[in-house]
Amino acid sequence: MMFRIQPAMLKIAAAAWLLGATGAMADTTLEFTQWWEPELPAGSLRAIMNDFEAENPGIKVTLVSGPYATTRDQISVGAATGTLSDVVGLDGAWVNNLNAQNALADMNPMMDASEFDQTQVADIIKVDGKAVMFPVASFVYPVFVNMDLAAQAGVTKLPSTRAEFLEAAKKMTHADKNQYGWVLPLSLQTPSGVQNDLMSWVWASGQSMMADGKPALEGKPVVDMLTFVKSLNDAGVISPGIATKTEQEKVEEFVNDRVGMMIDSLAHVNLIRKRNPKLNFDLIPVPVVENYNGKRGLPYASWGIGISAASKHQEEAWKLVQYLMSEKVNAKLVTLANAFPGNVNAKPDFVTSDKAFAKAFEIFKTGYLANEFTGLPVAEDLMTQFDVEAQKMLAGEQSPEEAAANAQKGWMAKF
Amino acid sequence: MTRQKRSHHRLKRAAAPYLYLSPSLLIIGLLMLLPMVTVIGYSFQNSAVLRRDPSFAGLKHYHAIFADPVFWASLWHTLYFTCMSVIFHMTIGMVFALMLNSDRINPTLRNILRVLYILPWLFTAVIIAVIWRLLLEPNGVVNSVLMQMGIIGSKVEWFSSTATALHAVTFANIWAGYPLFMVSLLAGLQGIPKDFYEAADIDGAKAYQKLIFITIPQLMPIIISISLLDFIWTMQVFPLIWITTGGGPIYSTEVLSTYTYKLAFSSYNLSQASASAVVILLISLGLTLFYIRYQKAR
Repeated sequence: MMFRIQPAMLKIAAAAWLLGATGAMADTTLEFTQWWEPELPAGSLRAIMNDFEAENPGIKVTLVSGPYATTRDQISVGAATGTLSDVVGLDGAWVNNLNAQNALADMNPMMDASEFDQTQVADIIKVDGKAVMFPVASFVYPVFVNMDLAAQAGVTKLPSTRAEFLEAAKKMTHADKNQYGWVLPLSLQTPSGVQNDLMSWVWASGQSMMADGKPALEGKPVVDMLTFVKSLNDAGVISPGIATKTEQEKVEEFVNDRVGMMIDSLAHVNLIRKRNPKLNFDLIPVPVVENYNGKRGLPYASWGIGISAASKHQEEAWKLVQYLMSEKVNAKLVTLANAFPGNVNAKPDFVTSDKAFAKAFEIFKTGYLANEFTGLPVAEDLMTQFDVEAQKMLAGEQSPEEAAANAQKGWMAKF
Repeated sequence: MTRQKRSHHRLKRAAAPYLYLSPSLLIIGLLMLLPMVTVIGYSFQNSAVLRRDPSFAGLKHYHAIFADPVFWASLWHTLYFTCMSVIFHMTIGMVFALMLNSDRINPTLRNILRVLYILPWLFTAVIIAVIWRLLLEPNGVVNSVLMQMGIIGSKVEWFSSTATALHAVTFANIWAGYPLFMVSLLAGLQGIPKDFYEAADIDGAKAYQKLIFITIPQLMPIIISISLLDFIWTMQVFPLIWITTGGGPIYSTEVLSTYTYKLAFSSYNLSQASASAVVILLISLGLTLFYIRYQKAR
């Protein structure tokens, strides 16, 4: 039997092929790898991308999403093999390594070419003079105080200095009732406790762990911080199990009225409320050294964004970065994430509707974002090394000065 | 049949077994040999994976890990963790298997015990780690019970103290792994002919003599095979240690697997991590060859 192709069918097929081909030629598809989508309400990041596509005809965005750790490994491998997505979600701790691999594009020329107003962004992360990352959303780390435990302990004025913090922690500690003043998670599994729960004391007082771009751990700020933490440990006000405690366990202990104070991410506010709706808590900035009246550094973790050096669509990628950093879109994104904005003019909705967030926003506005691990080489490894030395100090194997000196030696090897 | 046809036929016959084997060989090559060879290659490169043009490093990374005291501490912890685990897996497995095989225990109770004893085997490593973290945390059930019984005077930080952490993770691993021995030895016990025990009874042998002179010799092939396999598997345990202690406190529970993981994903030193992985491979390979030789000898 002869099979006859109808001329009409041929015409339809040709038209479809032509449409597809021209569509493919006209559209630029950007690949955007990040870990944000699973952490945001379902479909919300896609909706923002749809709005971007509508505003920028001819540009399509494919989201490549996964959990944080998977994304980190994917980006490391992508940087090595030259297959990094056009736009990448970044953690400040990764950028030094990625820059060493020449994987990130310098956004300085793009900012100049588009006359981008640099004063509108909270921070620009630069490595070797190259602008490699913008923090899109920041999760700050204030001190959470259990107000019921504080009231029971007779703590009427919330601590503002380290000495007041020690006193308040002592009053809140009742070891016989499994109740402690403070919680310190120094698990080696995730050594971020070094950044969030130790170095935050240094940054809060406007001090630094660095000097001239090199580690300065033997300096007074870090040694004083270690001495202070040791004094808390010696006073028995820290919840036991420090060396293996994780951030999740820290939050659980706070939620269950077992610790009076903890330094934690603002991102956990909703989680804390969900786990214990009756918990009465307040937020304060991390206490400072005596007689310090300057601006307080506020530790933070961020969702950063950068552009791949290997991208063939850097112009379009820059459009997407600009879009996410713009006032309205940034406010929308950080409202969804319960984070603070990367655009200084953006005001997320939750700061007016929620008391805790409003308080945190005040702390955020009166201080400045501080995280010196951002941009450092092998930041996680540095934290691990410091963690080990801090653990040795808390175990009584060495003094704060020795811990600082040993950590300094280890860090210098990485620089 | 012409000579050419005969030769062609012979070739086809000779090639047939290889053709049958080729799918398996291909899978083994792709999934096992290729990654292994790649990792060995990385261990001789500088900035492996992270650079597109890695340079040849010779034995530099092997020197670096052998000069690192943490590597030797990890090796010692691995050996302690593995040896203690295998010894106790075997002992507990044997005791429970004998119990489950005994006619002196009520059959209903025996069935209940059979289910209870095998329970740890049903949990994944992550669940086991979480269970033991909760039980052994300073405010956990174990401390509470021990304090009430007057065995300890104050809370012990089982996983957070350098004095107890390695023993605590080893204990958790012993709890998780004995059912393999128990099930294997129980199967072996049920295969020992009753005649041996009847003859021993006639000779007036006592229970411990029957255990030493009949049961253990009869089970010896199983004991050796399972011990070797357990040794190889336990040496590579990662999730249990990672989730319970992360290799800490300080380096007190650092084993070769956590040491390698930290090199790769914390330090991003994939070349040194590969060298460390090759050392683990060589140790495992030695044990595997020993196991194969033993199996062949049988």
